[in-house]
Amino acid sequence: MRRLALLAAALVCAACGASSGSSGATATPSPGAIRGTFNVFAATSLTAAFKDEATAFMAKHPGVTVNFNFAGSSDLATQIDQGAPADVFASADATNLNKVGQAGNLDGSPATLAANKLEIVVAPGNPKHINGLPDLARTGVVVVLCAPSVPCGNYARQALTKAGVDVIPRSDEQNVGGVLSKVESGDADAGIVYTTDVMAAGGKASGVAIADQDNVLATYPIAKVKGGSNPIAAQAFIAFLLSAQGQAILEHHGFIKP
Amino acid sequence: MLPLAGLVVRAPWGSALTQLRSPDALDALRLSLVCSLSATALSIALGVPLAWVQARLTFPGQSLLRALTTLPMVLPPVVGGVALLLAFGRRGLLGGVLFDTFGVRLPFSTAGAILAETFVALPFLVITVEAGLRSVDVRLEEAARTLGARPWTVFRRVTLPLVAPSIFAGAVLCWSRALGEFGATITFAGNFPGQTQTLPLAVYLLLETNPDAAVVLSLLLVAVSLVVLVSLRDRYLRLT
Repeated sequence: MRRLALLAAALVCAACGASSGSSGATATPSPGAIRGTFNVFAATSLTAAFKDEATAFMAKHPGVTVNFNFAGSSDLATQIDQGAPADVFASADATNLNKVGQAGNLDGSPATLAANKLEIVVAPGNPKHINGLPDLARTGVVVVLCAPSVPCGNYARQALTKAGVDVIPRSDEQNVGGVLSKVESGDADAGIVYTTDVMAAGGKASGVAIADQDNVLATYPIAKVKGGSNPIAAQAFIAFLLSAQGQAILEHHGFIKP
Repeated sequence: MLPLAGLVVRAPWGSALTQLRSPDALDALRLSLVCSLSATALSIALGVPLAWVQARLTFPGQSLLRALTTLPMVLPPVVGGVALLLAFGRRGLLGGVLFDTFGVRLPFSTAGAILAETFVALPFLVITVEAGLRSVDVRLEEAARTLGARPWTVFRRVTLPLVAPSIFAGAVLCWSRALGEFGATITFAGNFPGQTQTLPLAVYLLLETNPDAAVVLSLLLVAVSLVVLVSLRDRYLRLT
């Protein structure tokens, strides 16, 4: 009799345990479901910030590996169009993300990840005494910009137009890293990059602020790419980037809240 | 000479070893070796029969065939990459079919990098082997045939051993070309660490983020090429 009672009690307890477990049936996947590798295509200006984001994300989800492809957003859009295996696309402007969307290669609608502003980058100590956008048009100042199709090149030209300054760049670089390295190596006197890039360059370059009325606010949209190999992990990464922790890492690198 | 001297003088010799041992550099080296050796193997498999056809047969349109096989040698590599995209890209002639039927996606993959390298390096092998075949005394082959050997046996036991030095020299030239290939690879295969980022592509990317590492990897490529050229000189001279 006692054994029967014990068995009945055990069964009741098991039933209780089972029912309380099934009441939490939400759509979020358990941490174990976020595993494997996935590819993030991101604008060059996001390099330092995203590497930190990946470290934090992989610490939260040990079974996951994030692969990065950093390049100018226009190059990334072209690669995705040609069939490159991307799961997430973080662009430095909406134009390039929309190009991918119009070709039918985005999964879902984009979210705004962060914002950024432009800054003039010069050699450490500003030897040529450049004090603003008008100084870029001075004779003898070698200026490099990003190519017009690259977001930072487009934004830079908008700022120059707003300031009424006419500059012919010595080179059109394919991404913001190219502009920075030309200035750091001394092959160019000045370039227009993002404030986050000047911050990341540390002692290798100095920055000169652009007047507020001429500056441009760069907004970074992010979206999942259709046909990616790991949509669950991709979605989780985007959610992480938009969360408080993810946004804090971006702000730490100099990005502005969108 | 001056550009090479510049590389050697400006190299950060202190941090060179640490740079070479970083995962990205090792990945790039591994990929470069895997892709260039695979491209060479593929070139031998395709190139030796092609060279034999050009050297031993006469048929209408032969000069056009020779022009087409030599074309990748004179074509700017990036144009080669564009051509490959138009053929095998997602929207290319064969690319869509390949993906829908076999699930094979060549652009931006290691296989794509190997294809790009084969495309540019194959002519080097074909030209060398064809020259070797033309210099083989055909009377030896004819003698073998009159002694009763079948065409495949003649090829295997008479022609091939005679032309082996040419195949070897052609393979080494082909491998060097494949190792240094940049334009077609970056256009067709993209620049992904671990999958398509061979040494030349890694140098290109590092120029923007870590110029010191770029110099170290460049020196590595120069060293590899020098070793190949120096060791090949005697053999090459003996052929001509």
